[in-house]
Amino acid sequence: MQQRKAVALISGGLDSMLAAKVVMEQGVHVEGINFFTGFCVEGHTHAIRKRDRQRPKRNNALWTAEQLGIRLHIIDIVEEYKNVVLNPRHGYGAHLNPCLDCKVFMVAKAKEWMQANGFDFIITGEVIGQRPKSQLKHFMPVVARESGADDRLLRPLCARNLPATLPEREGWVDRERLYDFSGRSRKPQMALAKQFGLVDYAQPAGGCCFLTDESYSRKLSDLWAHRGEKRYELDDIMLLKVGRHLRPRAHFKLIIAREEGETRFLEGYRHQFAHLRTLSHAGPLALIEGEFQGEEDRELAARIVARFSQGRDAERVELELASPEKKPIRLRVAPLPADQVASGWYV
Amino acid sequence: MSEAPVHELDVRRLLCPLPVIHVQDKVRELRRGERLRVVCTDPGALADVPAWCRLNGHRVIDAREGQGEVILLIEVG
Repeated sequence: MQQRKAVALISGGLDSMLAAKVVMEQGVHVEGINFFTGFCVEGHTHAIRKRDRQRPKRNNALWTAEQLGIRLHIIDIVEEYKNVVLNPRHGYGAHLNPCLDCKVFMVAKAKEWMQANGFDFIITGEVIGQRPKSQLKHFMPVVARESGADDRLLRPLCARNLPATLPEREGWVDRERLYDFSGRSRKPQMALAKQFGLVDYAQPAGGCCFLTDESYSRKLSDLWAHRGEKRYELDDIMLLKVGRHLRPRAHFKLIIAREEGETRFLEGYRHQFAHLRTLSHAGPLALIEGEFQGEEDRELAARIVARFSQGRDAERVELELASPEKKPIRLRVAPLPADQVASGWYV
Repeated sequence: MSEAPVHELDVRRLLCPLPVIHVQDKVRELRRGERLRVVCTDPGALADVPAWCRLNGHRVIDAREGQGEVILLIEVG
């Protein structure tokens, strides 16, 4: 009998790992696919911040693939994904997370890959009721239909709660050896992991996307509001993961490094942004997004950055203001007292 | 016998998994036995690029970290 081939969406979490494993156990050839949207929580803060560098870091999707012994294809979908984030047909979740549209989009991309590579069906780790909205039972057919995957989309962890799909009807997989998990409890998955001897897996942490994060979504909303349109580039969404973001005036924002690793990371953006750095005292690098409308803005920005330097208690702090197209200038300012840094400036 | 050519890939400033994606794309253009020297700044590349190589049958000949950079030498399998 011909060995069937399935492509599994691998997020790096336990559910997608188990879903792939369940199907592999039935003799199906499985390869993994993982999508990079730019919003993925893959230890970026961890990679940037110096204090976190001592902790071992790994890409969980690659780790999962190694545990399973399958090939993994990582695909950059940053550009195409913008339309999902900017114009979600099904709207946003609690924050700026377009989870249902995201799932439809990823399954559709997996289908493209499946067809281009001669595979037979798609596997996801979805569990009915595990997550709000995108994994509700009545949305399961929506994902299958709108992605175009239809009955070539198999959810091995909850398949027995759903109508039989093509792989089940054709006998490529045995429905009796699939599962009927539902609800938010993680216990069935943990028990199954134990049964498979899988002991080291990413801990369920409530999502793998920055768009589900309240603070991150607030920064992204602020970016769109002050840009006057819903638009972003990869650099924008990476910078939202780094530093303190303060908007003391509507027309400019400061991104102030919190530590040495972040300063080093922000230095990579000096050719794109005007920036401030302290000269007389150790201090952070701060990128300036937007334009100063006069000397008052410039002074205020410098005083804020001085406030976050080692010179915060000094009478004066010297800084350099540089920008890609202008000669750097030096400024001497009094650091802004803590009680004058308005809480409303923090984005 | 001449040494296989060494191709270069600079993925400094890119964060995981972009270094892996760029390696994946570059390796696709190369032939078996050719070598690729990759320079990264994301320390995670030290784990992730070798993991990707193991999964896809390529060999990491050298991997080192210093002065804020990770340098890997890969032989395409």
